[in-house]
Amino acid sequence: MRGGGGEPVFIEFLQLISVWAIPAMVLGIPAYGLWRGVKVYEVFVEGAEEGLRLAFRITPFLLGILVALGVFRDTGAMHLLLSGFTPLTSWLGVPPEVLPMLLIRPLSGGASLGLATEIMKTHGPDSFVGLLASTIQGSTDTTLYVLTVYFGSVGVTRVRWALPVGLAADVAGFFGAVYFCYRLFG
Amino acid sequence: MLNAIWTFMLAAGVLVAAVQGRVGAVTDALTASAQDSVQLIFSFIGILVFWTGLARVAEAAGLVDVLARALQPVLRPLFPSIPRGHPAFGSIVMNLAANVLGLGSAATPLGLKAMSELQSLNPDSRTATPAMCTFLAINTSSVTLVPTTMIALRAAAGSLDPAAIVGSTLAASAVATGMALTLDYLARRRVERGAGRRG
Repeated sequence: MRGGGGEPVFIEFLQLISVWAIPAMVLGIPAYGLWRGVKVYEVFVEGAEEGLRLAFRITPFLLGILVALGVFRDTGAMHLLLSGFTPLTSWLGVPPEVLPMLLIRPLSGGASLGLATEIMKTHGPDSFVGLLASTIQGSTDTTLYVLTVYFGSVGVTRVRWALPVGLAADVAGFFGAVYFCYRLFG
Repeated sequence: MLNAIWTFMLAAGVLVAAVQGRVGAVTDALTASAQDSVQLIFSFIGILVFWTGLARVAEAAGLVDVLARALQPVLRPLFPSIPRGHPAFGSIVMNLAANVLGLGSAATPLGLKAMSELQSLNPDSRTATPAMCTFLAINTSSVTLVPTTMIALRAAAGSLDPAAIVGSTLAASAVATGMALTLDYLARRRVERGAGRRG
């Protein structure tokens, strides 16, 4: 196993947990509730109704962000901004193939996932850029999306330092991924 | 800052399209992404509704309280503004556990539950509290032990070792979360000191 540090058992164990966690909760939570005398189905429906209200409350926030992002991306403005960064990042040793992910990863999870998939298709999943693109994709969450959904759900519009902090973390994660991929696979 | 980024994305799109002589692309992009957003929302309503319901059952059964009490000592230093024994701790723990395990579908509904608990402590319902900012700093940088989606995609792309990225992903993710928590701590301290001087 390449770059895994010779701990396939540990990895297998973690994967086992991630496969079993949801089924275990689906089994355990209602069973434990029933045992404690909770009217589980009625309580479930009550909570689920709140989930439905939540989905509608998020809609305007999410739509506002995704439409602005769509206009920014589809008109080519995003590409233009990226090409401005190329000289700096190639000096830092960032392969040009993964550079768009620096900008796209915090903005759109779907778009950056598509980009990572494309890089793997073109260069192979086990190539250096393929490994790097998968690492970048997996190492952070989509900042703009998370902020929009989480703050939108409670109607908060003044997000204060959460946005700059989230974006700075994405940049740190990106360069962290470049560094560790050079160390492990370079 | 969100206002500025939002306006910038729209304005840059319109200007770039106009300069290139195809301003009609703006309308196309607008229509397409508005439709996509609604589709996205529809695609996650089901799972959101299910997990919000199940979270309520866990709460009614007292599971959230158990979690909150068990992990409060670890979380208290990160969230000094949440009162001892507050249910927000339980929801935050459940969300972070789901995130660490890479259970995205469960993590979001549990995170939204935590946000509504935090909102109940908020004196100004339109403005984020420091606790909310810390919670989101952890969530946007997300420490994931097993990047399940990426491993599956790598396998689908014909990788000989799909899990090779586990180590590099964990390391890069730790860098991101470390950066997020450090900056959040500095921002929180600056605000607190400012409030102290005024009050």
